[in-house]
Amino acid sequence: MNKTFNYSGNKVKFLLLPIIIIIAGIVMYFVHGGFNFDVEFMGGIRMQVDLGQTYENDEIAALVKDATGLDATIQKSGATGEAAIIKLPAGDAEDGGESNKNAVFSALKDKYGLDDEALLSVQSASPSFGKQVQQKAVSYTLLAILCMLVYIIIRFDWRSGVMAVAALAINVLVMASVYTVTNIAINSTFIAAMLTVVGYSINNTIVIFDRIRENTKTRRRSESITEMTNRSIQETLGRTINSTITTLITIVLIYILGVTTIKQFALPLIIGIVIGAFTSIFIASTFWAAWKEAEAEAKAQAAAEKRASKKKTK
Amino acid sequence: MKKKSIVIFCFVVAVAIALNLVAFMGLPGAMSSKFGGMLDSNTGIRQGIDLAGGSVISFQANADNPTESEMETVRSIYETRLNGAGYTESRISIGEGGKITIEIPSGSNASSEEEAESMTATEQTDAAVELLSQVAKLTFQDADGNVVLNGDDVTSAKSIYGQPSQNANSQYYVQVEFTSEGSKKFAEATAAAAAKASPNNIIKIVMDDTVVSSPRVQEKIDSTSCVITGDFTAEDSSMLANQISSGNLPFEMTKISQETVGAELGRDALPTSLTAAAIGIFLVMLFMIWRYRLPGLIADISLLIYVGLISLAMGVFRVNLSLSGIAGIVLSIGMAVDADCIIFERMKEELAVGKTIRASVEAGFNKAFSAIIDSNVTTIISCVVLYMSGIGTVTGFATTLGIGVVLSMITAIFITKFLMRNLVNIGATNKNLYFNAKKALGGAANE
Repeated sequence: MNKTFNYSGNKVKFLLLPIIIIIAGIVMYFVHGGFNFDVEFMGGIRMQVDLGQTYENDEIAALVKDATGLDATIQKSGATGEAAIIKLPAGDAEDGGESNKNAVFSALKDKYGLDDEALLSVQSASPSFGKQVQQKAVSYTLLAILCMLVYIIIRFDWRSGVMAVAALAINVLVMASVYTVTNIAINSTFIAAMLTVVGYSINNTIVIFDRIRENTKTRRRSESITEMTNRSIQETLGRTINSTITTLITIVLIYILGVTTIKQFALPLIIGIVIGAFTSIFIASTFWAAWKEAEAEAKAQAAAEKRASKKKTK
Repeated sequence: MKKKSIVIFCFVVAVAIALNLVAFMGLPGAMSSKFGGMLDSNTGIRQGIDLAGGSVISFQANADNPTESEMETVRSIYETRLNGAGYTESRISIGEGGKITIEIPSGSNASSEEEAESMTATEQTDAAVELLSQVAKLTFQDADGNVVLNGDDVTSAKSIYGQPSQNANSQYYVQVEFTSEGSKKFAEATAAAAAKASPNNIIKIVMDDTVVSSPRVQEKIDSTSCVITGDFTAEDSSMLANQISSGNLPFEMTKISQETVGAELGRDALPTSLTAAAIGIFLVMLFMIWRYRLPGLIADISLLIYVGLISLAMGVFRVNLSLSGIAGIVLSIGMAVDADCIIFERMKEELAVGKTIRASVEAGFNKAFSAIIDSNVTTIISCVVLYMSGIGTVTGFATTLGIGVVLSMITAIFITKFLMRNLVNIGATNKNLYFNAKKALGGAANE
């Protein structure tokens, strides 16, 4: 049939793309001084104020410092960048920072001549609550991955499970890199985006593993595991590409047409879905094949007198 | 056989269209009051705070291991207070470890409509926090501060305008009804107070730590009710009555987080997302026809049914739709045809090795089945775990994505298969309708 591309032979080269993105992510992590956690993960106050004019981040920060003595992070928002997202640490305020919020807003009101409507949104959380949500988010993400790992091990073999999770770890790191590079705030929608990509890329990986599982049963003696894996990837390629395209169609439209908050959710998803498809095609099963092949060889050498055992099925 | 299949085919298409009409326009005629379509504000989806604007406030119980029934008490007290203050659209959910979250859409304060309109979202949040933060412990104390009667002895309280007693000016006051135990205690307390010399012949009515009023007692009062006066405005008196009748909290609640979202932030989110979804569906449909030809068209009909079903499910269950929930649904539309892709690619392969259309359809479905199940189960697993996390926006997203995945699997496995079989029966057996035979068979034919 069609000439099959040697996916497995180039597997190390394919690792380069995610590695480059992850390195960029690590560099930007230090440039931005860590993740941009939202208050629901950190505690503190986040207020969004429509200033109705362009401004310098520094002047707002100085104003907040005068009003409360706290160091705030300022981020431009809104279509024209005339709104500001101001984040204050919880500090040791007893009232959860209520007085700080009022102090900041009245200072802004005076300076820019705003009315009460200009305060678009306010969010406050106590630091202990923020920490709790953060821990919960991490533990539930790990739990979800663990559950999927168990399911794959039951339905396939444990090597498939390990490789699927390894590919997943790459995806998660790439996603995290997207957040540090773009400096999009990390809040509970981050968890939603992360798990969508996790589920989606596992989905792709499994369709390929499913084909390998099926082809293993009918594999001719002359065909190596690597060749069979290449063939399986090739046979499922049409589906992988087509369904990635249909998913991208909708999410890209959401990104183009949506409001800012949705855009911030859609962008990491788009990158995650592309990279998820990439790792499924080029990494998960190619490394699985190499592993399986190495193991088969070791077995063959150990039992050199029983050459027939080389064909041992899983 | 052929005729029957054509009828079935047309029937399914009609059902698909009807389903979407009902999902978006609601039930026809008089029944539209029961379900007026997914977007109907009274019977359809509920817009989350991030879409509609409003306040989200979380409290934490100041108690070790509060029991479920204690938390239910807190909930019902909050509910009474919120409803009493006119926030009838508010939603209260109990979290784990004594956490309780209250969501109030903006401008939902129905009791004073004008006021609600002039109230900014942040003012609404602050007002609600104040309303809910009160412990609302009502006590009657004697001059020395001994508690003679408390909230448990009270059955109800109401705000009244009129003369609290003969010869008094008309004013707002609160009338408190006692339990039988309560009226006995009240009689004893008034008798004791009346016996004292002025200025100690008083009964102090205390709400939390504030003395609301301290009337002088001239004689023993043997009554099942009493009135509380104190230069109240209409609002003061109805708030006090509301607090007394909702009772006191079993423990103090500490506010741990509050969030206010202005209505203008999320205003465009739903319409723009609907547009994105509509264009997305259209493009996905075109793509499927381009890639898979006639089966692609079948997948489109299934997709249409899927869109109808999910919209109907969202509307009928009145799902609380948040921003990420919208993204979840739109994403699921793209993913819905995934199972169709798996099936059709398998079919193409079967056709390429020379099987008949009918055999290819059957083989395609059978061989694709395990891939569809295994790949979707993993997504469902992550949805279930996400849902269990209980993190506000995440659960909404998990619900919509989860419903989407299950429905898409069902439509692909049952409806697509059903339609494909009928298509074969109708006699669409030209292989060119199914795939580019020349391209796929080119290699095989040379063998």
